[in-house]
This record gives sequence, structure tokens and C-alpha cells, in this order.
Amino acid sequence: MAYDLTLRIWRGDASGGGLVDYTVEAEDGEVVLDAVHHVQAQLAGDMAVRWNCKAGKCGSCSAEVNGRPRLMCLARLSTFSRGEPITITPLRTFPVIRDLVTDVSFNYRKAEMVPAFTPTAEQPTAPFRMAQVDVERSQEFRKCIECWLCQDTCHVIRDHDDNKEAFSGPRFFIRYAELDMHPNDALDRKKLVQEDRGLGLCNITKCCTEVCPEKIKITDNGIIPMKERVVDVKYDPVRLFRRRRGGDDV
Amino acid sequence: MAAPTTPAPPERPRADIGTKTLRTDAWWRAPAISAFVLTAFVVYATIAVFYNKDYYYAPYISPFYSPCLVAGCHLAAQGYTHARVNVPHLTVLGYWWSISPAILILIFPLGYRLTCYYYRRTYYRSYWLSPPACAVAEPHKRYTGETRFPLILQNVHRYFFYAGLVLNAILTYDAVVAFRTHTGQWGHFGVGTAVLLINATLLWLYSLSCHSCRHIVGGRLKHFSRHPIRFKMWGVVSKLNTRHMQFAWSSLIWVALTDLYVRLVASGTIHGAWV
Amino acid sequence: MPEYERHTYDVVVIGAGGSGLRAAIAAHEAGARTAVVCKSLLGKAHTVMAEGGIAAAMGNLWPDDNWKVHFRDTMRGGKLLNNWRMAELHAKEAPERVWELEQWGALFDRTKDGLISQRDFGGHRYARLAHVGDRTGLEMIRTLQQRTVQLGVDVYMECTVTDLMRDGDRIAGALGYWRESGRFVVFETPAVVLATGGIGKSWKVTSNSWEYTGDGHALALRAGATLLNMEFIQFHPTGMVWPPSVRGLLVTESVRGDGGVLRNSEGRRFMFDYIPEFFKAETADTEEEADRWYDDKKNNRRPPELLPRDEVARAINSEIKAGRGSPHGGVFLDIASRRSPEYIEKRLPSMYHQFMELAEVDITREPMEIGPTCHYVMGGVEVDPDSAASRVPGLYAAGEVAGGMHGANRLGGNSLSDLLVFGRRAGEHAAAYASEIGGGRPVVPDEDVTVGVRTALAPFDSGGAENPYRIQQELQDAMQDLVGIIRREQEMQLALKTIHDLQERSKALAVEGNRQYNPGWNLALDLRNMLLVAEAVALAAMERKESRGGHTRDDFPMTDYDFWGKRNVVIELAGGGAVHLRLQDLPEPPPELAALLEEPH
Repeated sequence: MAYDLTLRIWRGDASGGGLVDYTVEAEDGEVVLDAVHHVQAQLAGDMAVRWNCKAGKCGSCSAEVNGRPRLMCLARLSTFSRGEPITITPLRTFPVIRDLVTDVSFNYRKAEMVPAFTPTAEQPTAPFRMAQVDVERSQEFRKCIECWLCQDTCHVIRDHDDNKEAFSGPRFFIRYAELDMHPNDALDRKKLVQEDRGLGLCNITKCCTEVCPEKIKITDNGIIPMKERVVDVKYDPVRLFRRRRGGDDV
Repeated sequence: MAAPTTPAPPERPRADIGTKTLRTDAWWRAPAISAFVLTAFVVYATIAVFYNKDYYYAPYISPFYSPCLVAGCHLAAQGYTHARVNVPHLTVLGYWWSISPAILILIFPLGYRLTCYYYRRTYYRSYWLSPPACAVAEPHKRYTGETRFPLILQNVHRYFFYAGLVLNAILTYDAVVAFRTHTGQWGHFGVGTAVLLINATLLWLYSLSCHSCRHIVGGRLKHFSRHPIRFKMWGVVSKLNTRHMQFAWSSLIWVALTDLYVRLVASGTIHGAWV
Repeated sequence: MPEYERHTYDVVVIGAGGSGLRAAIAAHEAGARTAVVCKSLLGKAHTVMAEGGIAAAMGNLWPDDNWKVHFRDTMRGGKLLNNWRMAELHAKEAPERVWELEQWGALFDRTKDGLISQRDFGGHRYARLAHVGDRTGLEMIRTLQQRTVQLGVDVYMECTVTDLMRDGDRIAGALGYWRESGRFVVFETPAVVLATGGIGKSWKVTSNSWEYTGDGHALALRAGATLLNMEFIQFHPTGMVWPPSVRGLLVTESVRGDGGVLRNSEGRRFMFDYIPEFFKAETADTEEEADRWYDDKKNNRRPPELLPRDEVARAINSEIKAGRGSPHGGVFLDIASRRSPEYIEKRLPSMYHQFMELAEVDITREPMEIGPTCHYVMGGVEVDPDSAASRVPGLYAAGEVAGGMHGANRLGGNSLSDLLVFGRRAGEHAAAYASEIGGGRPVVPDEDVTVGVRTALAPFDSGGAENPYRIQQELQDAMQDLVGIIRREQEMQLALKTIHDLQERSKALAVEGNRQYNPGWNLALDLRNMLLVAEAVALAAMERKESRGGHTRDDFPMTDYDFWGKRNVVIELAGGGAVHLRLQDLPEPPPELAALLEEPH
């Protein structure tokens, strides 16, 4: 069943912009990205929007729908009340390029700073022997599709541009967690992530977990375990003493 | 990495959206409810702590005042002299101690809850508005998170967890002795027994579902496969951990209700064989 | 001439999917100054859509598996039209390439012994696909991306290459533009690796994204290279059919590999009615035998649901045409009644998620509705099997854009391994070529840059009024209806005529706005490639007068082993840009490999 849908889309660029209303015909079963494509094909051919797979697998079509960071391809129209316009704005945390497209290079810079996976001396070359239970925690984090919604929603940088230098963000905290939990990784990045990547700036308010389209438990399974691991090497006197004595780290 | 992927970022502006949030749902509701309940608890607990009487009615003792630390603890139980039989009585403070002993006890559960990962989320949102809700701008100009004093002290959470375990053991003991009559005979079961039992259970669930607990029992291991028993324990704690929020609230509310119940009984407001 | 942004490299890789990144890593490690240029952000390439796994005969679960069996399966799945040498290299090198990913941090699902687990897939005799749940492509691209970043390879994101530049016959560079600003950029390089993927965006029901506009195929043609067997298009048997917005979206073959079966509206497991002679000996003919196979592969034959994709797609098509389809015009894919909810959620998490989120269907309780969707092009740039070099000196191609490897039909799981094996070979050989050239580097001719820029900017002042979105849609309709799963001479004639009309109309394309991140303009430029490649497909499909793999002719339903079984259809551009077609003999495998193909099950 087709019906008229009004989209209120932010159009503009670095020099300014504003919300513009477009009314298109929408159908049952469609998602916000479909409606945006109708606008593009019928009313505004030059409207900038990123998208690729349209199936929630690539993480390209991130935007803020009615103020909430989401993937437009997973935002079903049936979940919005008919008759009310749907507002779509670009990710707020990153500089705008045009319309719904933002400059997300911040994230790629943070990615470059991650010291890569380094196999242990025990098993230096693949094929490795690793038990399924040992890889499962890291596998959860590798589900990340890098849509940057967690980075966008995180108030540490969303509300404070000046923290961007010192803060890698939730996506990369789970990357560090992934490597720290990798059963065959030799590097210890715990102090690095606390002292240099801004783990301490996180106040675990969990918005990253709320927006994750992959439903990764970013806070409970990634950030908090990392914080606890950091306590082991930085703040817990008993463990520090044991480590100094050469006790095993379990 | 070379230039193309990572152009030195010239300061580029964000989209000029204006409004602080475009959320159309009632995003303020959850933080408001949390703030209300937390505040109500703090107000109640403060009154209860400084009231310094009506906290004991054999065999029930208020969790705020357990263990008994002052020499005159049993005197709080009006009309009964069997108090020693029934409650753990660690007389570390003499009759000279005049202010409420609950202050000394409550430091630990208070510290535990203050540094708890779940409560941190809640009070940072509800009280400090940092942020009030996801994608809603916070009012502060600067933000340093948990990187410096005093918030860096959040890292001692695990020590409060250990202390919490000790208190849980004591409150469990209280719940067990609540199966005795005020004269010390086994077989009593009153509403108060159930109240104390539920209280101890919820506190255990809250403690065992704690993130630090999860880390300590197995989370810090690199190879679960080499520690099968700890892996099992980690699995159980992980399951509980997904309900940490529910346990945090229910145990908080119940501990206040437990104190209230003991208080009502001890003050004689409610009475009867069933209490 | 205006000043353009210029960069100098030894090797430029176009495309940042699996093959592009693997090529870049190889070229970089061989010492070449290397850049990757891609239309999207890094990590978003179509490889992330791959779900099932990477086929590699590691023998972790079935010690009897080895490269010879994999080679045989690949060739038979491709209806023996594969380039035998590519199939051989692929089968031999795939395990090494998978282990390499593990070395770089990939975390595959494990066997009980802690080795990489392998899963069953259509056309593979043994459980052979290294996988991570059903998101293997994501694992692969992330691993390669992280490796690329670690090595410090330059990546030009959201940058589209519009033309290859030549100095005489040799590659001299590439012309592209930044999508963000619309500004042009010239890459000066003696070696280009095409890794641009496929062409599926020219069909209406497709599992492919907007990027799949056949850029590499078109760039290669215009640079003087040849395309091979473009008539072979794989329609994946299981795409979503409802809701309309996700029509065509892939439903992984792993659903069938893990026990899912196909049923029609009467509840019948209809695949038993469609077992072709060619696969009779190795396919179960009773439900009982088929069900036993999952646990005992030695003594039972595989279920017909796991026949190669072309067979299954045609069978589904026939059932729907016969009126035994599902309410939304597909058939039922049922795993709910055959496996426990826990098993389904563990093995197929993203399918569970996809149906729940997009169709509100709980696949642990209800069957899915599925139908064929355009998925992959077997045809592509004709390359030398060992070096991935095209006919043009300095031009290499790897992955979906290259032809020959998969013959008339690709087996599931062979794509990811293809990307790795030939991506690496292309990168290494391109680097070697660039270093051999030494000081005699080719020069990008200024005139060609000027012409390229002028062509690219034409839509801004064509004076016409054609909407690029409209033209794209008409092309998709034409290819879907007239050059789809089942083909007929007259319909393809009509398709060609439509394509020519659209080519004519696209000279009058009009775009709004300016060059800055303008999707209308970007599409207008992609259309040029889509139309050229569509023409190549239609011509090749009309020429091959037989049915085989991903090419089914209603008017020539038989497979012709004597003539067409020994011929490749080759497409090139004649002078003046006309598409020209010729036949070429298929290379024959040496006797020891030919003998493998005849091996009984």
C-alpha cells in the first residue's frame, strides 16, 4: 500500500544548510533509505548520501533519523507513525561534506594507530591451533561493520571536539579488546589504550551499545573488560605486586 | 600512512543543525525516573542512618546496621535481652560511641554502588547529564571523564566488591538466624524472615553479576580452554551480568524496604505473631 | 592544460575489495610504491556481502580432501569451460592464502582440534569452506584492510577512476575524480590492477550494490583489453523476494549447506525432480539418503539442494513459472523444521538478523521466501592464468572482473579464494612489471587527460534533459526481462536495441547541482560503463547457441560439448568504439588434469 511520506532532510555543506521537506510515495516494507532514494531519483538528483549494501552489512548509510544515530537501511518505515515527517540529518560528530555525507576520516586515523596483531613466539606462523571458546570473545568484536554510529553517538567527542585528539572511541576500544583477548596475540596494549587512546575518558554511559546495529555488547563485553584489564596492570596494588614477583597472570 | 588516506585535518565545521537534539521520543523519561528513585533512596537512607534506633527487633536486624558494631547494639531491641544470641555482634565500639554506627557500615555498600559500572552509567546520565540521553547534548563545556581525581578512583571498584562479599555473608547470616525465634529456637518463620532472605539473595545476585566479579572469576584469562572450571564460572557470571541492572535496582529498593520493615516492627508500628 | 592533482606510483590498484587489497599488499611487499583507489570508503566493498566462506582444500575435517578434488569440483561446477590453469592454481594455492589471513589476525570458526572449521557448500565434494558464522566476507575484508593499513599502503577513498591512460599500447596511468570535491586526479603509473568486481547493478533483482557497474570491464575494453565469456551470469538461487525494498538481497547458500531444504507451495522438496544427468551419480535420489549425508558423507550422496547454483536457480524458476511458488513469487527455503533454533542462531546469525530486521520473519520458526537474484559474472577480462596480465602491457585484472577461472558457473566459496589467489598474483606480477620497466616509464599524454576530463564533465552542459536514474532503471528492466535467467534470441535482439537507444539518450544526460559529492553526476559517469558492459553481455549471450551454467537458452536448451564446449566468446572494441565479437578455442588441460575430471565420485 502506497502512501505519501514527508522526509525532512538536512541539505547543505560546510558553509551552512537547513532542513528541506520532500514528499514522496512510500510503500509498505520499505526502509528510510528507500525513501531517500525516491527523493534522489525524483526530486533532488544531486542529494548526497552514502550507501552500499542496503542490508545492514557494510555500515555505509549511517545518519541520524529523528535525532537517533541509525543505519537508514535498517530503519523500517513501518516503525514510524504515519502522517508525521521523518527528520534525517548527517552524523553530528563529524565535519559535514554535503547533505547526509560527513567526513569520517577521524576514524581512519584512529585505525592507523592500532598496533597490529602480532603472533606469539609459541605459535609464530599459521595455521594456528586455537580453541573455539578462546576466539569467541574476539569474534564478537570482529562483527563490527564500521558504521561509526558508536563514534558518532559518544558524547566524549560528540559534545567535545577538543577530546578528539586524545580519544579513539568505542569502535577502537573493542578493537583493542579484540586483540587483547586474541588467544595468540603477543602484544600488551593495555597501558597504551588507557594512557594514549583515551579509555579513561569513557564514562560507560553505554550509548555506543544502544546504537550498535550489530548488537555488539560494546560496553559490557569490550570496554568494561578492558577497563578491568587496565586496573590489573595499573591500579590494583595486589596484582601489581604479584606481577612484579613474576606470578602468572591469571 | 601517507597523505591520501589521512589528510592532515583542517578544521572543518560540522553540519549546522542547530537544535541540541532532534529526538522526538521521551528521551528524558528514563534519566528522570532514575534520578527520582536514586534521590528517594538517598533521602530515606540518610534519615534511617541518622535516626540511630529502631533497627533491631529480634531476630531481625536492619541491613543498614548489621553487623552490630556498638556495645549497646542489643539495647536497640526494645524489651529483649537476647540480642547477643541472634545477631553477629562485633563490639569494636564502646558505649562512648554516640553517633550512628550505620555510617561505618554503609561506607562499603555505598562505595560499592558508587563505583559500580551500572550505577556510574546511571548517575552520570541522571545527575551529571553527561550525557542525559544518547544523542542529546550535554551542558558541560569541558569533559575529562574518569581520567583524573576523583573519578579515577572508580578503578578501585573490585576492592569494594570484595568488601561487599563480606557484608553479603553477614546479611546472609542475619537471614539464617531470622529462622530462630527471639529466644533462639529454630523453626521461626515470619514475614521478616522472608524479607531478610530476599534481601540477602538480591544482594548476592547483585554482587555476583558485577563486572569486576566477571573479570576476576575468568574474564582476565587469555585462554579459557586452559581453565575449564573458571570458564564455567565465567559463563555463569556472564549470564547474571546481563541482568546486572535489574539486580542493582531490585537490591537497592529491597534493602531500603528491609530497613523500613525492621523499623516498623521494632518501633511497634506493626505487630503480631506473623511479623 | 589546467593543473591537476598528480600522483606517481609503481602500481595502482583500482578497487578495494578482497582482490584489490590482496593485490595491493602483494605489490607493496614486492617493493612497489602502491596505491589503492576505490569508489567507497575503505572496508565497504562488496566483499563484505560474502557470507558462506572461503573454499580451500585444507582437509581439516575431511583428510581425503586435496587440491585435486577441489580442482575437479571447480571444473565440473563450471561445466568444464574454466581456464584449467587458473582452476589448478586456485585449488593449489587457496589453503596458503587462508592461513595467511589467520597470520594477519583473522579469526575463523574452529574445529574441535582447534583448526579452521570448514563447512559444506553446493558443488564441493567435502566440507571445504573456511568461515566465520555467515559473515566470512566481512572477516576477510577487515583482515586485509587492517593489513593494508598496517603496511602503510596509500588508499584513495571515494575516488572514481574514469579512464585508463596509455602511452602507445602500454598503460601509463589512470584518470579519476574525488567524489567529495569532483576534482580530477591523475595517477601516473606503469601498472594498473583492475579489481573492480562485477556488473550486477544492471539487473533489477540483484544482490549487488550501486558500485557494481562494470567499471573494470569497461575500462579494460576501452584500454584495448579483451573480455571473455560475458554471457555467463550467475543468478544466485536464493535471494529475498519480500519486502520489495530488499528484493534480491542474498540469502546465503550456507542455509542449505547447514540443512535447509527447498519446498514449493505444495510442500514438496522439488529439487529431487531436477537432478541433471551430469550430476546423477553424485546426488542423492531419496530424502532419506540426502538427510543422512550431513553426518556421513562417505556412504551417502549429497542432497540435490546442494547442486551447483545454476541448476538450483533454474529449478526454482521452473517451479515459480509452473504456479507452485510462494505468495510473494518465490519458493520456500525451510531450515526451521529441520534444525534447532539454537543451531540456526549460532550458524546463521546474520541471516537470522537480516530476516528479523528487514522482513519480520523468524527463520527459526518459519520458512523463508526466496527466489533467484543476479549475483556474479563469470565472464571478465581475459588474463594470463599465471600473472593475471591482460592483453594490454601493464594492465592486470583479478577477482570478479577477471574471466576464465569459473567457466560457465562459479561454485559458492570459490569467489573469496579466487580473490586471494589471483589478487596476490596480480599484485606481484604488476610490481615485477613495474620494476622491469625501470627508467623507461610510460608518460600520460596530456591530450588524453583533457579528453577524459571533457567527457566526464559533459553531463553538466549537455543541454539535454535525460535523468540518469531513469536511464539506469530502464536498463535494469531491460536486462532483467530480456537477458535474465532464461534467454531467447528475439528478446536479446530487443535488449540490444534498447541498450543502443539508451546509449543514444545518455548523450543528453542532464545533472543538477555542482561536482561536489553529486550522486546524479556520479551515476551519469557509471552509466557509460553499465551500458557498454550490458551490450557486451547481450551480444555474447546471443552468440552462444547452447545452454550451459549461467547461460540458459530457451531456443537452445541442450549443452553442446562438441562445438561450444570448446569455445570462448571474446569481446573487444574495434576502432571507433564498436563492440566486436569473435570465437576463440578453449585451452585444453594436460592429460593428467583431464583425467581428474573423469574421476567417479
